[in-house]
Amino acid sequence: MNGHSVGLTTRVAAIAVLVFLALPILIIFPLALSPTDYLTFPPRGVSLRWFEAVLTNADWRGSIWFSLQIAVGSTILAVLLSVLAALALVRGRFRFKQAVYALILLPMIVPNIISAIAMFFFFADKGAVFGSMPAIIIGHAVIALPIAIIILSANLQGVDGRLENAALSLGASRYTAFRRITLPLIAPGIASACIFAFLSSFDELLIAMFMAGSTAQTLPVRIWNAVLFQLDPTIAAISALLVVVSILALLAANLVARRGART
Amino acid sequence: MPAFLRSPRAAPWLLLAPALLILAVFFLYPLGEMLARSLFDPGFTWKHYARLIEEPTYLQVLWITFEIAFSVTVCTLLLGYPLAYFLSQIRPQAAGLLMILVIVPYFTSVLVRTYAWMVLLGTEGIVNQLLRATGLIDKPLAMMYSRFGVLVGMTYILLPYMVLALYSVMRGIDTGLLRAASSLGASRTRAFWRIFAPLSMPGVAAGSLLVFILSIGFFITPALMGSQEDSMISMIIESQVETYFDWGFASALAAVLLACTLVLFLIYERVVGLNRLFEAKL
Repeated sequence: MNGHSVGLTTRVAAIAVLVFLALPILIIFPLALSPTDYLTFPPRGVSLRWFEAVLTNADWRGSIWFSLQIAVGSTILAVLLSVLAALALVRGRFRFKQAVYALILLPMIVPNIISAIAMFFFFADKGAVFGSMPAIIIGHAVIALPIAIIILSANLQGVDGRLENAALSLGASRYTAFRRITLPLIAPGIASACIFAFLSSFDELLIAMFMAGSTAQTLPVRIWNAVLFQLDPTIAAISALLVVVSILALLAANLVARRGART
Repeated sequence: MPAFLRSPRAAPWLLLAPALLILAVFFLYPLGEMLARSLFDPGFTWKHYARLIEEPTYLQVLWITFEIAFSVTVCTLLLGYPLAYFLSQIRPQAAGLLMILVIVPYFTSVLVRTYAWMVLLGTEGIVNQLLRATGLIDKPLAMMYSRFGVLVGMTYILLPYMVLALYSVMRGIDTGLLRAASSLGASRTRAFWRIFAPLSMPGVAAGSLLVFILSIGFFITPALMGSQEDSMISMIIESQVETYFDWGFASALAAVLLACTLVLFLIYERVVGLNRLFEAKL
C-alpha cells in the first residue's frame, strides 16, 4: 500500500466526481446513435442516420473543411514562430527575458472575448486587405502561440545544450547544429506543439464568430448557431466526432511524449 | 543560419522577432486600439465609462459576474479537493489511469461539453426524464436558462483545472508525515486536518485563483445556459458589438474586464508564480 490510506467517504466522493466528469461526455454517444428525431433516454435502438445527416450535408462539410484549413494554417504559422522564439527563450541570454516571456504568454491570459473583439475591430476596416480566412488564421495563430511556446520551451529545456556546443566545436555552423542535432531532439516537442495548436484552433469559437462572413463558418461557429436554436441529434453526432478527435489527439500526444522520453 | 545570426547578442532578438512582430501587429496593437476606443469617440470622452457607472444595470452585471465566478470556484474546490486527494494517495499507475477521466473532458471542446449539459438539463432533458420516470417529480424542473444551469455547466468545464492544480501540489506532499502522525496516535481525520490540509494550501490557492480568473471572462457556457438575469460581462460585451454596434461602450466594458483579469493575474503571480500557471493551463 502506497501512501496514506483514504477513508471510505473520500473514496466514494472521489468516485462520484469521476462519474460526474465522465457521464456528460459519454452521454453524447447514445444521443448521436439515437434512431429517433428527438432525444430519448434510454435510446430506442441504434442508427447512424445523424452521422450520415452531418457528413452528407454541404453546410456541415463546408464548415469542417473551412475549420481544417484554418487549423492547419494557424498551426504551421504558430509552430514555426514558436520554434524560433523557444530557442531564444531557452538558449539565449538577454535582458528583459521575463518580460518577453510574459508578453508572449499574454494571449493566454487575456479572455478570448477581449482578444476576439480587439482583432475584429482591427480587421474590420482592413478586411479587404486580409480577407476573412487569413485574418482568422492569424487570430488563431496568436491564440495558439503561447501554447506552442510553452510546450517547445519545456522540450528544449530537456535537451542538453552541450550537444549543440559539441557540434559547434567540431566545426558545424549554428544552422547545421540546429538542423542535425537540436531539431531531431525536439521533434517530439514540435509534434505535440502541433497537436495542441491544432486543437486550440479547431475549438476556437469567438475569433471566427466575429471575423467570419456569413458565407464561410468554422465548425464551432456552425455548432454555436445550431445550438442557439435547437438541440437536435445532428449536433450530438458532430459532437461525438469531436470527442473522438480530441481523444485521438490526446493518444497521439501521449505516444509522441513516450517516444520522446525513450530517445 | 546566416553569419549575422552568429553574434550571440543579436541572435536571441532575431529569433524572437517574428513571434513578437505578429503579437505586436495583430494582438497588442488591436488591444491598444480597443482601449483607446473606449476613451475617444472621436475626441476624448469619459462618456462610456460614465455610462458604466451611471446605469445600474452594468454594475449589476459586474457584480453577477463576480458572484458566479465565486460560486463556481467554491463548487470546483468542493468537488475537486476530494478527487485530487484520492488520486494523490493511490498508486501512481492507478492514478494515471483514472486521470484520463479528468484529462479527456479537459481537452474536449467547451461547446461540446456545454451541449451535453444542455441536453441533460433541458425541460425534456435526460435528468428530467429520469426524475419523472422514477416518480420523484411530476412537473419538469426548470434547470436550464437559470443560475443553476450556468453553475453546473461552468463547474463541470473548469473542474479539471482545479483537479490538476490541486493534484500537482498534493502529489508532492510527503506521505511519511501522515504516517508519522498516525504512528504518534493521530486519527486519520486529525492527521488530515493538521498535516495534509495545510500543506495542500498552495494548490488550493493556485486552483481557486485560476478558476476564478477563467470564470470572469467565460462566455460560451453562460451565454448558452444562462438567463437574461444571469448575464455575465463577456455576454454584454458581445451583444454591444453584435446587436447594438456600440464599439466604444463595448471597449470600455472590455477594458474593465481586462483590468480585473490582469489584477488577478498579478496576485496569482505573487502567490503562485507565473511558471506554475502555464503548467496548470496546459
